[in-house]
Amino acid sequence: MEHIRTTKVEQVKLLDRFSTSNKSLTGTLYLTATHLLFIDAHQKETWILHHHIASVEKLALTTSGCPLVIQCKNFRTVHFIVPRERDCHDIYNSLLQLSKQAKYEDLYAFSYNPKQNDAERLRGWELIDLAEEYKRMGVPNSNWQLSDANREYKICETYPRELYVPRIASKPIIVGSSKFRSKGRFPVLSYYHQSKEAAICRCSQPLSGFSARCLEDEHLLQAISKANPANRYMYVMDTRPRLNAMANRAAGKGYENEDNYSNIRFQFVGIENIHVMRSSLQKLLEVNGTKGLSVNDFYSGLESSGWLRHIKAVMDAAIFLAKAIAAESASVLVHCSDGWDRTSQVCSLGSLLLDPYYRTIRGFMVLIEKDWISFGHKFSERCGHLDGDPKEVSPVFTQFLECVWHLTEQFPQAFEFNEAFLLQIHEHIHSCQFGNFIGNCQKEREELKLKEKTYSLWPFLLDDQKKYLNPLYSSQSQKSAVLEPNTVSFNFKFWRNMYHQFDRTLHPRQSVFNIIMNMNEQNKQLEKDIKDLESQIKQRKTKQTDGILSKELLNSVRPESPALKATLSLKEQALLPVNNVLRTIEGSSPADNRYSEYADEFSKAEPAVVSLEYGVARMTC
Amino acid sequence: MSVIKSSSFHTHTHTNLSLFQVLNNFWQFIQRTPCCAEVPAWWVQLHAFSVQGLFGKNSEQLTNSSSGLELEGSVRGRRVESPTDNTEELWLLHSNIDAIDKRFVGPLGTIIIKCKDFRIIQLDIPGMEECLNIASSIEALSTLDSITLMYPFFYRPMFEVIEDGWHSFLPEQEFELYSSTISEWRLSYVNKEFSVCPSYPPAVIVPKAIDDDALRKVATFRHGGRFPVLSYYHKKNGMVIMRSGQPLTGTNGRRCKEDEKLINATLRAGKRGYIIDTRPLNIAQQARAKGGGFEQEAHYPQWRRIHKSIDRYHILQESLIKLVESCNDQTQNMDRWLSKLEASNWLTHIKEILTTACLAAQCLDREGASILIHGTEGTDSTLQVTSLAQIILEPRSRTIRGFEALIEREWLQAGHPFQQRCAQSAYCNSKQKWESPVFLLFLDCVWQILRQFPCSFEFNENFLIMLFEHAYASQFGTFLGNNESERCKLKLQQKTMSLWSWVNRPSELSKFTNPLFEANNLVIWPSVAPQSLQLWEGIFLRWNRSSKYLDEAYEEMVNIIEYNKELQAKVNLLRRQLAELETEDGVQESP
Repeated sequence: MEHIRTTKVEQVKLLDRFSTSNKSLTGTLYLTATHLLFIDAHQKETWILHHHIASVEKLALTTSGCPLVIQCKNFRTVHFIVPRERDCHDIYNSLLQLSKQAKYEDLYAFSYNPKQNDAERLRGWELIDLAEEYKRMGVPNSNWQLSDANREYKICETYPRELYVPRIASKPIIVGSSKFRSKGRFPVLSYYHQSKEAAICRCSQPLSGFSARCLEDEHLLQAISKANPANRYMYVMDTRPRLNAMANRAAGKGYENEDNYSNIRFQFVGIENIHVMRSSLQKLLEVNGTKGLSVNDFYSGLESSGWLRHIKAVMDAAIFLAKAIAAESASVLVHCSDGWDRTSQVCSLGSLLLDPYYRTIRGFMVLIEKDWISFGHKFSERCGHLDGDPKEVSPVFTQFLECVWHLTEQFPQAFEFNEAFLLQIHEHIHSCQFGNFIGNCQKEREELKLKEKTYSLWPFLLDDQKKYLNPLYSSQSQKSAVLEPNTVSFNFKFWRNMYHQFDRTLHPRQSVFNIIMNMNEQNKQLEKDIKDLESQIKQRKTKQTDGILSKELLNSVRPESPALKATLSLKEQALLPVNNVLRTIEGSSPADNRYSEYADEFSKAEPAVVSLEYGVARMTC
Repeated sequence: MSVIKSSSFHTHTHTNLSLFQVLNNFWQFIQRTPCCAEVPAWWVQLHAFSVQGLFGKNSEQLTNSSSGLELEGSVRGRRVESPTDNTEELWLLHSNIDAIDKRFVGPLGTIIIKCKDFRIIQLDIPGMEECLNIASSIEALSTLDSITLMYPFFYRPMFEVIEDGWHSFLPEQEFELYSSTISEWRLSYVNKEFSVCPSYPPAVIVPKAIDDDALRKVATFRHGGRFPVLSYYHKKNGMVIMRSGQPLTGTNGRRCKEDEKLINATLRAGKRGYIIDTRPLNIAQQARAKGGGFEQEAHYPQWRRIHKSIDRYHILQESLIKLVESCNDQTQNMDRWLSKLEASNWLTHIKEILTTACLAAQCLDREGASILIHGTEGTDSTLQVTSLAQIILEPRSRTIRGFEALIEREWLQAGHPFQQRCAQSAYCNSKQKWESPVFLLFLDCVWQILRQFPCSFEFNENFLIMLFEHAYASQFGTFLGNNESERCKLKLQQKTMSLWSWVNRPSELSKFTNPLFEANNLVIWPSVAPQSLQLWEGIFLRWNRSSKYLDEAYEEMVNIIEYNKELQAKVNLLRRQLAELETEDGVQESP
């Protein structure tokens, strides 16, 4: 709280981000310990979590006040104009402090209290059990076993305690191999395909330099290939561009030499590193944040940002992996440099293509928990949770979510969850409201005692499941199917609902999806109503026939019915408005001013005709 | 294995039935076919009818030949086992063929047929001579000189005509819809003989205060005789959209008192109007050198002019060619795809047209002002703007019949030269100035609005695609000719069938109905930001990707909606039953 000097500023203007006429709402700005809150004249509230703030900028003073531009990690951009410069300066300074915490303990999750008791909180943390997940895949089995080598985080600090390795890989082999891999991240099982008996394994790059070898590492790879009775050959996928991998050799790192390892097929797949991805997203956001953007600038910006090219590269890599397993029953070992960014993307997406379980709500949580959280994707660094090195920040996980979104677009019935689910998860990797994504690896999370001090996100998402269900999901049709997406360039589209999720004017004014979702819900209710009604009618009928014989019975039921009737008629009323509300077009009321975007001529001054005269005069003279 | 049956005769009706039995995956398997030993040996059997008639100049047979080209594809291996199974038929109207290429590898000939609906079909034909014959036949049949030899003149429908589409949207009926509310307007038959304006229909709506003689004078002052006429009347505030050709002011600033009087007659006292010129100012100024021009402030003091820039003619055609070429290239990387999409400028045109239409709608609905819209001729960009403004403003034009009426009124009657504009499509290399996808751009704009307001339209995407197909190649006479005058001379009403006669039958309508539709009386303001506009995949990627999963999802959506209706009906029925039982009980109890 010591950072907050001003808690309330009145007469603040919130500018419309895309309006060329500098349209704005006037309201009051509040600064709390956790949020920035703007309440406009219509009492509409805009809440911005401090942790979501990526940057705060104070622009040059204007006649109407001091502009303050806040960009958020969830792609919200707000542009305030604070009447007095001193207030603006206070808020600016406070936000700078509040948005960049130095210690984990200051993050929101440690103070967030959703009114659950300790038992509930613990149950929440136990919701996703990875041991259970490996059991579901069919491990341990005759070829794969649980290794206790990393039980005390002695071999690899960034791996989880429980790791699955080939049964024939002895502890010395594991230890030897881990010494030959960056950060000790030796090859371990990520996903086991039960019917193909093939495995997805992951690791970091080998410390091969130009010629170094490691027999234990070679043995471990051989053990992986031997653990697959269906195909002796295994693929080793280096997800980096060839040049990057080669450059790494000079630093004593590098990639596997096919000659030293028996039965491997080595393959580069060319996904760029975190720095390229970070600047790519930056460019993308710059382009689509432009006021009065032209179509050509949008597409050339989209192209030069390279964003969709990177998304396609990740997707292609995952497809390569899935094909190796599905078509050739070959095991695949995936790595990049450290094996926690691109490797996590490719392993998780590949599993998602192969296994329909991961396309369910719960399965998707398990997938994130397994390939991202437990295998040490550095969420805190990549999302910039703390005031740290800005070069460590990168939208690696965002890209994963976007790839999944592209899959949901191509296979609208294959996923149990909808876009809102992906957006919600994206919201919370940055929010620091829940403990799941805090820290960079399991060891760190244990040290932070997250399970005792914070809450898990997953039970909250499950409680709200209704919001995240895909109404078109068909668990039968694509149940066992391996998804084979088409990665022709034109299948990749700009994800408006992610990068413009708060820019409502850019969105369709009626959502088919929401209508169908609500209709599905309504159908369930109607089915229930029909059952109720039928049983009531049946009761009535039997009573009528019995009624003449026993009037007493009838009387005993009697008091019930007026109340019943009331609820029924209430329901009837409730049914239709649901539809109407849904179909009402947001913003077609006169209060909406999307129309003012069409012409500059109209937007110059208040009385439109006068402004037009000016506009035309300018144009014709 | 190709066969030419020299004079085998198929009834026209058969063609009609099969025309729409287009096989979705046909393109995919043809694509896999050519000269590749590894893939299963697909081959195509080809029947070309009355090919000889073409060379024998026998007009009777020639007309038969326009009935169609039958292509059959089947698996050789399977065909032996079961000759009738796995035979797939593809029917293609000759007029749908945009271009044809042939290639030879040894004795194997390949014909590549490029259609106006952007589909590409490849036929492998062993035997050079046969291949050449077929190619030249197709070429000749697809480029008939005379309209009267086109298929619509020989097409006999198999279906029962419930309502003759030629009489569905008469100007008189359309005027009647207004007549209760508009007293300042009248229906004029000054153009009865097409003598005042060759591209206008016989009946037009003009201000009541202006007599026919004045109209004749105004016609001489407007490009192509297109004097200002009523396009749309906004019931909410009585404001109107008028359209016309450019004024012929020339370099010396000619003026026409009757013209000024005409458009001023549409203004309420003390009110101002807007003139939207679809050309940028410099183009409009250049037009003066050729006798055209724009309304001078001095002579039209009550009007404010706004210049927009909607491109025309070959610029649009080139845009389409580039876009389709890019969509057909499946191998290009992401950067190339995006840069080609950008370079095609297609979505820029969409944005420009939509923006102008929104501006027009805004003038009417928000500024409460009447407007006059024109470009040069007033037959292309002008119609795009007037018709889209109506889609935005008027709920009726978002219904199926209302949209048909809109096309009839604002495109066919208004004299958009369909014959010229749709003569060729994306694969043409003739580069004729008059070929231009003006109507397709309009449909694309409608699709963009439909996507943003998916519940506000009675029709679905298929309806728009169908209209696109028929504008370019059809068995119906509706889109033949360039204006009403030509259509009259061709006696289309007597000799051909109207598209609306076919579309407006319940069995067809069901395919084009939007299950989500709920009438919405509001003005719908679309977003024109680049992030909100999308490539129309249903048209441009239609033949290049499998839509299986999307179609299944759509079906599922329809199922949910249908089921919802069913359940609601059932609940209501049961409630009524229960209520009846309750009253019966009441009656029993009361004594």
